[in-house]
Amino acid sequence: MYKVKVYVTLRESVLDPQGNAVKNALHSMDFNEVEDVRIGKYMELEIGETDRSVEKMVDEMCKKLLANPVIEDYRYEIEEVAAK
Amino acid sequence: MKFAVIVFPGSNCDVDMYHAIKDELGEEVEYVWHDHDDLSGFDGILLPGGFSYGDYLRSGAIARFANVMKEVVKAAEEGKPVLGVCNGFQILLEAGLLPGAMKRNENLKFICRPVKLKVENNETMFTNEYEKGEIITIPIAHGEGNYYCDQETLASLIENKQIVFTYEHNPNGSIHNIAGIVNKRGNVLGMMPHPERAVSELLGSSDGLKLFQSIVRSWREAHVTNA
Repeated sequence: MYKVKVYVTLRESVLDPQGNAVKNALHSMDFNEVEDVRIGKYMELEIGETDRSVEKMVDEMCKKLLANPVIEDYRYEIEEVAAK
Repeated sequence: MKFAVIVFPGSNCDVDMYHAIKDELGEEVEYVWHDHDDLSGFDGILLPGGFSYGDYLRSGAIARFANVMKEVVKAAEEGKPVLGVCNGFQILLEAGLLPGAMKRNENLKFICRPVKLKVENNETMFTNEYEKGEIITIPIAHGEGNYYCDQETLASLIENKQIVFTYEHNPNGSIHNIAGIVNKRGNVLGMMPHPERAVSELLGSSDGLKLFQSIVRSWREAHVTNA
């Protein structure tokens, strides 16, 4: 089986209002070195044995549901592990 | 004219929408549950506001895969009027029936108050009862109404007169002050403000009623002889 980690963040070109608010809070804590904060989502998927290409499957899941390509970027890590 | 109000788990403006159509507009209306697979008996489709599926993942992202959405897409393709308000607008964006996406409001706050809107395009089936440039008051109630699209999409929205409503004072950071847009064909309208909450003076404004009257007028002109 496969363990998949999916990371979704707002695209570089899109202003992140939450990230900005957190950056300002960090500055007020005296961490003035922080130059940018991007808030995103992290998802873990477990995928059972399949004949299909896991990478293709995950990519399609990201494009169609897990991320909204209009405003979000995604990346993922796929790890093959022994079945439970 | 017969309207369908689509109800998802977590919709919460469905009753207001129903009331606006039945009691203020005086047309037929029925609730349609999200697993329904036939909208052929309806002339107009209304996607109400709320928090469908708890806004899990993204607003509208899960609702878009509900069974009834295939029928909503079909109705849109047939040229029937499809109106999405607030969460309904977010669902139309996720479903790809309208371009763009929603972000969190710029100030990260849930904003609930009446706002002034400008009718940018009064030549749509949703706005023909308004004057061009008319300023109307309609309430908003959202945390994610910060409309975003890339510059290319924005240029095409402007060129095709798809921007129907703009905010007079931008409350949420929306690009180009956009409050509502239609698709190219002009039969799918998405808007963040709630016209169904502004259908009688008792509610503080009746400016939203003309939107529903516009839909009926267009429908009558197309379907009723001697209209």
